[in-house]
Amino acid sequence: MPTNNLPSNLHSAVHATGLIKNFGEFTAVDAIDLDVRQGEIFGVLGPNGAGKTTMLKMLATLLPIDGGEAEIFGVDVRKEPHRIRQLLGVTGQYASVDENLTANENLWLFARLQGVSSKDARTTASRLLEQFALQEAADKPISQFSGGMRRRLDLAASLITQPPLIFLDEPTTGLDPRTRGQMWDTIRSLVDNGSTILLTTQYLDEADQLADRIAVIDRGAKVAEGTPDQLKTSVGDSTLQLQLADGADQSLASDVVRRVVGEAPVLTPESGRMNVALDNANRAADVLIGLREAGIGITSVSVDKPTLDEVFLALTGHDTGESNDPSTDERELEVAR
Amino acid sequence: MSTIVLERSEILARTTPRNSLRDTASQTLTLAWRSLTKMRRNPEQFFDVIIQPLLFTAMFTYIFGGAVSGSVANYMPLIIPGILAQTALTACMAMGTQLREDMDKGVFDRFKSLPIARIAPLAGPALADVIRYVIAATLTILVGLAMGYRPGGGFVGVLGGWTLTIVAAWSLAWIFTWLGTIARSAQAVQGISMMIMFPLSFMSNAFVDAKTMPDWLQTFVKFNPVSHVVTAVRDLMNDGKVTADVGWALFGCLVVVAIFAPLSVRSYKRHL
Repeated sequence: MPTNNLPSNLHSAVHATGLIKNFGEFTAVDAIDLDVRQGEIFGVLGPNGAGKTTMLKMLATLLPIDGGEAEIFGVDVRKEPHRIRQLLGVTGQYASVDENLTANENLWLFARLQGVSSKDARTTASRLLEQFALQEAADKPISQFSGGMRRRLDLAASLITQPPLIFLDEPTTGLDPRTRGQMWDTIRSLVDNGSTILLTTQYLDEADQLADRIAVIDRGAKVAEGTPDQLKTSVGDSTLQLQLADGADQSLASDVVRRVVGEAPVLTPESGRMNVALDNANRAADVLIGLREAGIGITSVSVDKPTLDEVFLALTGHDTGESNDPSTDERELEVAR
Repeated sequence: MSTIVLERSEILARTTPRNSLRDTASQTLTLAWRSLTKMRRNPEQFFDVIIQPLLFTAMFTYIFGGAVSGSVANYMPLIIPGILAQTALTACMAMGTQLREDMDKGVFDRFKSLPIARIAPLAGPALADVIRYVIAATLTILVGLAMGYRPGGGFVGVLGGWTLTIVAAWSLAWIFTWLGTIARSAQAVQGISMMIMFPLSFMSNAFVDAKTMPDWLQTFVKFNPVSHVVTAVRDLMNDGKVTADVGWALFGCLVVVAIFAPLSVRSYKRHL
């Protein structure tokens, strides 16, 4: 995708073209282009093992870049890693704080390491502990912290120098819904203060809720990119959801749908459910008539705006083997426009 | 999307192209503080440097004294510097295992992502470890004195031997630091460290006069840096003399650091 040399480059926080990472024979990141604009939340969405973390690590100078180019605020990631590290706050999948120290000591340590004076480091630590509602646990060892508290402390540690760009690698994985909501609020408030955020997630609602733009990544390659709305529209204006009376009818029903709307539905074989993307809600009637004529029973029907879930399934899920599915490529082009 | 968009020049003005020497020193001290705090909270990290001097000094002296030197009293000037060197070696051996365990923890991911000198996460623990060498060396000498060792070099000589032991331990620790950065697990580091520690300490003049050994072994003993440290410590503590061996011992330490410190940083970086 020719995203390089776009005029938006000047306002890019992250600008990468053709990023490649190989682990032996295995290509973990396969020629990914990325353009994160200043001040936005950019979501990288993909299943486990899609290459999201690897990509983030390359951009954060934590892994060597095997191919392609990457710039952060115009600074070459490969040539000036030290400068890059000053521009970035990185919060990983697992809390990277010191288990042997208290919350207060952790923040003091990381502040000192970044050249903050001892006195200012203390002030910064208590300010962040307050901001992340951790004052009460300030002097407790991290081993007594809950998962959510650790994650908050980890994020606080990434914000000590108020970096203009923040990488969040699956910031809410493993958190309970309430803590997750709090984390979302925190992330939104960071952007209000002028930061740019690149976040990875395997939760579709998280990307939908937070991200201004989303890149969908599967098996190391980008399969789609756009705003949450664009992505949803790319699957069709609306979705017809059907529950088949007999799950065994699924392949027959699938054929009918393909004949009527020209595209295969997304199947959930376990529950006998079927989702059909429609460019026009009126086509729902055509599908239903087609099914009636084929003698396929239905127990429930609904027509909805597509969810990101369906986008995800449509782009990555039902395509089990071949990554060169032409329909995927077409969609990518559409969204890229 | 936020309405505040920072100017790129403004953003870059806050960065520096590299760490200065002063930054590196300050980061090393900060990380030494971290290691010391860890030691304070896990006092079992001091067990080896407390038990071993007590046990080994008494054990080796009473077991080998009569056989090697005719009497325990005659063996003391030979064995106490030998035990000092061996204790230093085993004390610094723990560096590799500790570092490997530490590197597997999440906090090292953060160290890597921070704009700090790559040597600081290695040099900080190495600096903090000096306190363990101080304890080990001091206890060994005290046990020796309690058992009747009367060093001819007097207070200054003993102080010299004590200092040299600590310097040697800190230098040799870089070998184990390097091992810590290349091995896959703490157990592997432990195993390899033993393989290095035993030949280095026993294939030296630490416990017996090397002249009783076969020729080929004598050659190894002669080039073993531990031998030079042992001889130098004997010269300092027993005779109060700064001999050529003191020079060779210090030179050997310097060579070890000059080789293994850069190697350690290199493989630490590659671990990213």
